[in-house]
Formats: sequence, structure tokens, C-alpha cells
Amino acid sequence: MTPMVEWLKAAVLEVQEYVRLQGAVVRATFSRPFYYRDIVEQFDRIGLGTLTVVVLTGFFTGAVLALQSGITLDQFGARPFVGRLVSATMVKNLGPVLTGLMLAGRVGSGIAAELGSMAVTDQINALRALGTDPIRKLVVPRVLAGFFMAPVLTVIANAVGIFGGWIIAVLQLRVASSVYWTSVVDGLYLQDAWMGLIKPFLLGFVVTTIGCHEGLRTRGGTQGVGRATTSAVVTASVAVIAVDFFTTRLLITLLY
Amino acid sequence: MPQASHVSVSETPSGATAPQAPVLALEHVSLAFDGKQVLRDVSFALLPGHTKVVLGASGSGKSTILKLVLGLLRPDAGRIFVNGERTDTMGEHDLMRVRGDLGMVFQEGALFDSLSVAENVGYRLDTEMRLPASEVRERVDEVLGFVGLRDFLDRMPSELSGGQRRRVAIARAMATKPGILLYDEATTGLDPITAITVDREMVKLRDLEQVSSVIVTHQLRDAFYVATHEAVRDGAEVRVVPADAAKADEAEFIMLREGVIAFEGNAAELRAATDPYIRTFLS
Repeated sequence: MTPMVEWLKAAVLEVQEYVRLQGAVVRATFSRPFYYRDIVEQFDRIGLGTLTVVVLTGFFTGAVLALQSGITLDQFGARPFVGRLVSATMVKNLGPVLTGLMLAGRVGSGIAAELGSMAVTDQINALRALGTDPIRKLVVPRVLAGFFMAPVLTVIANAVGIFGGWIIAVLQLRVASSVYWTSVVDGLYLQDAWMGLIKPFLLGFVVTTIGCHEGLRTRGGTQGVGRATTSAVVTASVAVIAVDFFTTRLLITLLY
Repeated sequence: MPQASHVSVSETPSGATAPQAPVLALEHVSLAFDGKQVLRDVSFALLPGHTKVVLGASGSGKSTILKLVLGLLRPDAGRIFVNGERTDTMGEHDLMRVRGDLGMVFQEGALFDSLSVAENVGYRLDTEMRLPASEVRERVDEVLGFVGLRDFLDRMPSELSGGQRRRVAIARAMATKPGILLYDEATTGLDPITAITVDREMVKLRDLEQVSSVIVTHQLRDAFYVATHEAVRDGAEVRVVPADAAKADEAEFIMLREGVIAFEGNAAELRAATDPYIRTFLS
């Protein structure tokens, strides 16, 4: 077989394994046994653990957005509309995508490294030998935490981003505070809020399932763990951008 | 029921003799990975309270046998029976039940890094069997006492030496009182004194708790030690002493060579083997 065919075969098998994992996660989510302690622990680790990085990213993104767009809007004498631009951009797209990317970098890599280490030291096999299904014990809690915490983190990133934009608008662009906030509200429609809320659910699911998939199939000792971690971050980051595009396309058709 | 290749006899209450059913049996099991044959037509049976020592060079398929028994891998051909139940065709859900009577000591211990010694040992009792905390604590104390590590309850695995990790792994495997224990290179990489300590735990479990064992190793000294010693109670004390001939016969050796059984017999027969490969292995 040519290397190209080999590569394609490996890629198809990889996708098949990933889809099988997703199916197993869905089945395990709705059937017993549940590991409540692990679920709570993962909500804490993925939710609270990612909060700082998401807040910082959201703040600076909102601020730089106001700074850059202020210059462009000036050319049309539209500086007072800076709030509208910041809010619409943050809520509809940047908030979910940046939160997804931060999750990919922090959570996706962490999951892949942790599960990868467990896989190469036989701890996953030990779990199965002790009567525990690793999907239920390790994967489901992480996926649930990613699925439900990503929207919460996104809303926080959006709020902090709009706040960052307000600081720049008031201090640097000399836009009146009331004008900025009125513009923020005017720039948002209900459909935008739906779009900004639906996307993070999918992004959280994708990032955590990719991290788990890469971690569980880790082979080859510590080098393998390194490869799995890198692969998880790269794959999850690309997936975040791709899923964002396709979801946006679909939601525009459905909502607008 | 499996067609055991080895059947022993035991006394029935009426005084008559009856064959003992094997607790574990592999029948004509074969397995290949990526086109490479790992096991070919492997058959053996393990009787209750007996020991099966699987010897072989690295990569000969020894550890694969244990993973097949646990259902972590499935054979390409052949049948596997655990306590009379065919497991090679079972789903994961049913396998979880079968694993309830199997304990496994992995290479390097495979202790959970994030849990303390007590949590590792009591994992199944607490997380899977949901026993009351006091009951779990009592059993954890008991098994850690058995392996001489009662003072290590709150230590983390990273704070233990290699030998202590293996002993904790043995304690974890025996915590639910399984009928069959599988040891995967339990003494590899340990110094001789620590290895003997682990060997003694295996002998004590087999003779005092009536656990059937499959010991995978390439450490001949440890294999012969377990096969030729027995544990006896002397009042409150437990002593490990050289076994008599009948007891030593209960330990059978299998030698794997490139996935095929090259030898099967007891310790004396292994020592007397004339096959050049076995002689090289023993030398």
C-alpha cells in the first residue's frame, strides 16, 4: 500500500474510534453507575480552574477590540458605535471561540496528559480489572464538565470583554459611558445571544472528548504522553475553529 | 464446562474421589497484533488453590495471557473460561462481574497516583461495592497488615519504594477476597530481599487464603521459591517453609517460546528438562 493510502486508512480509523468514544460517552451519561464525586471534582477543575485565564483573555480581547475598531470607526465618524461592535463581536463569535481555544490549551492538554499517563502506567487497565468502566469514571465527568462549564465561562468572558471595551472607550476613545452601554445593548439581538450560548456547549464537548480520546489511546511511555498532549491541543484548537464555522453557518440559517 | 487439560482428584464427603473443576482454563487460544502472532494454540487449566507459573523471555506473550484472562484483550481463536463461565465472548458489562473474582497485580503496581495507599487498597470496596466506610477501613487495615504495611495507610504511591508499591498492589488485588490472583512480573526490578518478601506474600495468600494464582515472571529464583515453599500457621505466627513433594506438585510451570507452550510440568520436571532452549533459559 502506498503511504497515502496508509495515511488515509489511519485517518478513517482514528475518526471511527473518536465517533465510537462519543457514542460510548452518550450511552454512559444516561445509564448507571454514576461517579458523582468525580463529576463534581471535574466541574471544579475545568470550571474554576479555567476561570482566570478566560477572564484575562476576555478582558484584553475586548480592550484591544475597542482600541482597534475605534480607529477604523473614526474614519466614518462612527466612534460612538464602538460598544455595538465590541458586544456583537464578543457575544456572537470571539467569546465562544476564545473560550474554546483556552479550554483546548488548558483543559484539553491536561486531560490528554493525565489520561495518557494513566494509560502508559497500566492504571486504565487496573481500573478495568477492579470493575470500573474508564469511560464512566474518567471520560463522562470531564465531558459533562466541559459541556456545561464552557457556556458559563463564555458568558463570563463576554461580560469581562465588554467591560474591557468600556474602559478603553471611556479612557482612550473619550466615548461617554452611557453612550457606550446604550450602544452595547443596541448591538445585541436575541438571536445573537442564542448563537453565543449554543456554540460553547458544542465547543466544550469537542475539546474534552478530543482530550479524552488522545489520552486513552496513548502508547509509548513518557514520549507518548508528550505526543498525545501536543496532538490534543492542536486537534482541539483546529476543531474549535472548524466547529465554530459550521455551527455559525447552521445557526444563521436557523435563527436569522 | 471447559475441557481441562489437567484434572486432579479430591475427597468428597462420602470418602469417594471426584475430579476438581478448573477455576481457569484456556483452550487453543491464539492472538496476533498487527500481523505478528503473539500466542499460538495455548491451552492450560488452573485448579483451585494451585499455582501456574508462566515463564518466558520478554515479548514471549506471558503478560498477554493475563490480559486475556481479565478480558482486557480478546483472543482471535480459542476459548477462555473463568470459574466455568466462558469469558472470551462476554460483553464488558458481564466481564465486570467475572472480574469480581479476579485480582491482578500489574507490573510496577499500577497504583492510582492521585489516591493514598488506603484509598488505593479500598478502591473497589468503596467505589464499586459502596460498602460503609467503617467496613472498608477494617478490610484495608486487615490486608495492609497482611502485607506488613499497616503504617502506610495515608502515604501517597509516590512516597513508596518499589517493593512497597508491589505489596500495596497485592493488598489492593486481595482486598475483595478474589478466588484467583494474577501476578504480572510482580518481582521484576526488585532487589533479592524485597523480591523474597513479595514471594512470601504470594505463598501466604495461596496457602492461607486458598487463592489460586497465575504468576507471570522471568525471574526463575522467585518462580522456584513460590513453587517449592508453603505457608504454615504456627500458633499466631505464620512461617514460610520448604514444601513437601505433594504440595510442590500443585505448582505447575509453563514456558512460552514465541507464543507457543514449549514446556509444561512441575518444578522437578523443569529442572530435569533437556530441551536446549529451556536449558539456556535456566542457566
